[in-house]
This record gives sequence, C-alpha cells and structure tokens, in this order.
Amino acid sequence: MIITQSQRLNFKQLALKREAFIYYIFFAVLLIFAVALHDTAFLSVNNFMNIIRQTAPVTIMAIGLTFALAVGHIDLSIGSVVALSALVGALLLQHTGIPLAIAGALLVGITIGLINGLLIERLQVSSLLITLGTMGVVTGLARQLTNLESVPIINQDFTFFFGAGEVWGIPVLLIWTLAIALVAFVVLNNLAFGRHLLAAGGSPKAARAMGINVVRVRLTALVISSSAAALAGLLYAGRLHGARYTLGEADLLTVIAAVAIGGTSLFGGRASIIGAILGSLLMGMINNGLILSGFSTNEQMIARGIILIIAVAIGIKELKNG
Amino acid sequence: MVRTALDQVALEVNNISKSFGGVQALKNVSFTINKGEVVGLLGDNGAGKSTLVRCISGIHQPDSGEILVNEQPVTITSPLDARACGIETVFQDLAMVPEFNITENLFLNREIRHKNPILSWLGWLDTKAMEQKGRKALNRLNSRIPSYTEKIHNLSGGQRQAVAIARAVNWGADIVIMDEPTAALGVEQSAQVNELINIISGQGVAVLLISHNMQHVSETCDRAVVLYQGTSIADVSVKEVSKEQLVSLITGASVSAA
Repeated sequence: MIITQSQRLNFKQLALKREAFIYYIFFAVLLIFAVALHDTAFLSVNNFMNIIRQTAPVTIMAIGLTFALAVGHIDLSIGSVVALSALVGALLLQHTGIPLAIAGALLVGITIGLINGLLIERLQVSSLLITLGTMGVVTGLARQLTNLESVPIINQDFTFFFGAGEVWGIPVLLIWTLAIALVAFVVLNNLAFGRHLLAAGGSPKAARAMGINVVRVRLTALVISSSAAALAGLLYAGRLHGARYTLGEADLLTVIAAVAIGGTSLFGGRASIIGAILGSLLMGMINNGLILSGFSTNEQMIARGIILIIAVAIGIKELKNG
Repeated sequence: MVRTALDQVALEVNNISKSFGGVQALKNVSFTINKGEVVGLLGDNGAGKSTLVRCISGIHQPDSGEILVNEQPVTITSPLDARACGIETVFQDLAMVPEFNITENLFLNREIRHKNPILSWLGWLDTKAMEQKGRKALNRLNSRIPSYTEKIHNLSGGQRQAVAIARAVNWGADIVIMDEPTAALGVEQSAQVNELINIISGQGVAVLLISHNMQHVSETCDRAVVLYQGTSIADVSVKEVSKEQLVSLITGASVSAA
C-alpha cells in the first residue's frame, strides 16, 4: 500500500515537473490546430514533413543555443551568423568546391564564437551586451559583403546535401536535424564535458573549486552555439538555392522562445536538447497553423513574442520557488 | 615504544610565513597533525587561519617555510597539487552544484569513464560505476541519505556536509581540511557532522578543523592550535584546557597555556 502511494506521488511530481511542460503545450497546440483546421491539410504527413523541413535550421540553432545557455550565456549573434556564413559558403561555392564552402562557412561560425567568448571573458561583461554588439557587426558585414545582393547556388550536389535531397525517402534536412540532435544529446547527457558545461553554468564557483577550467568550458559553449548557426546558414542556402543577407534575421526570437519553452534555463545550469527540438517544432507548427488559418506574418511575430514571455515567466517563477 | 599508525605524522607545517604587501599574515607558524587526529585551528578574525589554510590547500604560496606530507617535503602551488598530495579541503560553501544530484557532485571533474577505451577517450560517463562507488563512500560515513539521485538543493545542511565530506574522503584524502563545517547548521545537524568527523578520523584521516565554536572544538578535537596575530601562540590538548582558557588564548588575554 505504502509503495503504491509513494509511486503515485512520484508520478504526480513527475507530471508537474518543468521538463514535462513542453509536452503538454506541444500536444495542446497540436490539438487546437487539429480541431480548428480539420478541413485543411494541417494534419497531413506532407504538411508535417514541411514543418520539419522549414524548422530544421531553427532546430539546429536552438540546439546550439542550448549549449550557450547551459553555461549561463545568451548568444544574440546567431541570427547574423546564419546570414554571413550562408553568404560566405555561397560565394566560396562559386569559385571552389563543396568542402571549402563548408569549411569557410563553419570557420565564420567558429571565429565569431571565439570572438564572443574571448570578449566576454576579457572584459567581464555580460554575454547579452557582447553578443548584441557582435550581432550588429556581423549583420553589417553580411550586408556589405555582397552589397545586399543575393548569391545564387547552382551546385546540385550542395542543394541536395543541404536542402532538397532525400536519402531512402527521408529528407536530408530531417537527417541533419536528427544527427545534430543525437550528438548534442550524447554530449550533454553522457559525456564528462556535458557535466562540466552544466556545472560551469549552475555554480561556477563550485566548478572552479573542483578544478574545472570554467573559462575554457564557457568559450567552447559559445563556439558550439555559433557553429550551429553557421550550419543552419548552410541549410538555408541549400534549401533556398542561394544566400541572402536577410537569412536568419527573424530567427533569433523564434530560437530563444523555442529553447526557453523547452525547459532550458535562461540562467544556466539546466539544459534540455529534447526540449529545444520540441520547442522548435512547436514554433514551426504555430507558424504553419497560423498561416493555414489565414493570419499574417505580423501576427505570427506577435505569437512568437507572447510564447517567449510565457516561457520566461514560467522560468522565473520556478527560479523563485527554488 | 611501538609506533602505531596513529603516531605517524600526516601533515607537518614548518615555520610558514606569508605577507600580503606590508602586512605579515603569518609569522613562522608550525604545527603537526598525526594520522587519525582531529586538530582544531582557532583564532579570532584576522588571526591568519584562512591564510594558513589557503597555504596548505594550494590557493596561496607561503613566502618561506615548508610543508611535509607523510614526512616528505612537498611543493603545493595549486589546489590540484594539494589534492595530489592527499589534502582535500571542504569549503564553507561546500563547492557543490545545487542542480546536480549527489552522485554527480561526488564525481564532479573526477568522473569515472566508460571501460571501452574509445568511449573513455570521448569522456563517456560510467554512471553505474559512479553510483556504486558513491554509495560505498556514503555508507562508510553511515550517513542517512534519502536517495543517491536526490538533487543537492533538496538536502538539509547536514546532509550536504556529509556529501562534501564523503567526496573529500572518497578521493583518498589522508588530510581533510574543514572550514567552519557547522557554522550554518542547527544543533542536531552539527551533532551529525561531529559524528562524521569522528568516523573519518577513526579511519585514519587527519582532520584540520577551523572553527569559532568552542563547544564544537571541545567535543570533536584532540588538540587545538591557536593563532593570534599571525603567530601560533598555543598547541594544546583540548582535554587539558577549559573552554574559558581557549577563549582567553584566542582573544590574546593569556599566553600562558602554551
């Protein structure tokens, strides 16, 4: 008897846990749209494949940002990194092959991540301000690089690997998402490095006392966040057959909202990869549902903003409750 | 005379001095701790307790003097050096990640890795091995821990101390330095910590206990070293002096008992 009672109690605690929140809201939104849009194609496999394809870059950015948030940093520069890395990749593709284009785009991500990290540690300024600054610089660079011109991509192999391709009927964008998600999940949950990331975010003092190189861990997290954005840039370029300075421009809000609603703490120390993925899919589903319901992009933006505020409100409340 | 393990000197501090700018924080301080002995380090604020502890645990380097561990001179230039010499410090804030569970905190930055060499190279964690070893470490302290997957912020102050002490002992420490372990605890939990100190000293660990609490010192310590303005003015057996005598030594009112 006693055992059953305690089990029931545990289940209740589990059901009320912050981690479970994303599942409830995900299925609630799914249900609402399924009912409201029952006479449209919302519930079709095709539409869901579309959502997954469209959200792939956002999901990968969200996974990257989860690493930055795990150590207690925010990275506002990711949207601008998408544009610059896509443009660099597309330009390199006009003169060289795919490997150099990929390397160039990723190098953009790694470099900006390093600059972010080094500035934060050297100046001891919050990541919010530093990455706001680099966001401005990188956005400007992306606009200047081609004088606001688009760079088309005609390389079919590239558009296959980073966009429209399918392997055994599975879209490559889904494969990218799953592969990155799997690696990120393992790093965060199974590797010593993941422990150190969360320790550096949860209690930097304790991490330092136990001999963890907190500065290096934080730097690595920002490089991961920025590199993920660079990969997202390649995926955009592949899907859209070209790069433009506007790529990723509107994604920052979506990504932060997705990660926050997924249960990752905006104050460091707690991170959920599955939450980031579900959060991104939720944002994609809401966009898709709103479009099918006839709402405009303006209204979608309002919806994203509201979701971010809800997510942050829940996070703060939990922080106060300890 | 037959030497038993308990007569062996675990830690010897010889004529340590340390200045910060023009201020001499420590002047020729010397003392020893035997294996299995609990020595209280007493002194008023600014007497040099923290500086002395920081010199032993590798946060500061002494200007002169030497430190011997198990009768061998050692150079301690970082907390990692101190650890390598078998000296573990239980900090006042306990240096734990509140969001992590007990096992995760016990093995923070000293994770047990997977047996497979490739996975081990990647840093893959062997969670099961850590849970087993962590359980053993806590059982050795007879501590009443509800569950090993409980997060630290759900534990009481006394339980957190137990985990911190278990972590120190688990890492093969011969010498454990504790900084005011009962400062933030109630009566019952302080008693639990005293019990823990008795258990680990019974296992041969030398304990250096920094405390303000005379009651605590007289209950747990074998000897007390009293610092006054950077010098050690007394090294006494706790049973031979009264609490009042200790207090007068700390405040500098009497320098006779030494």
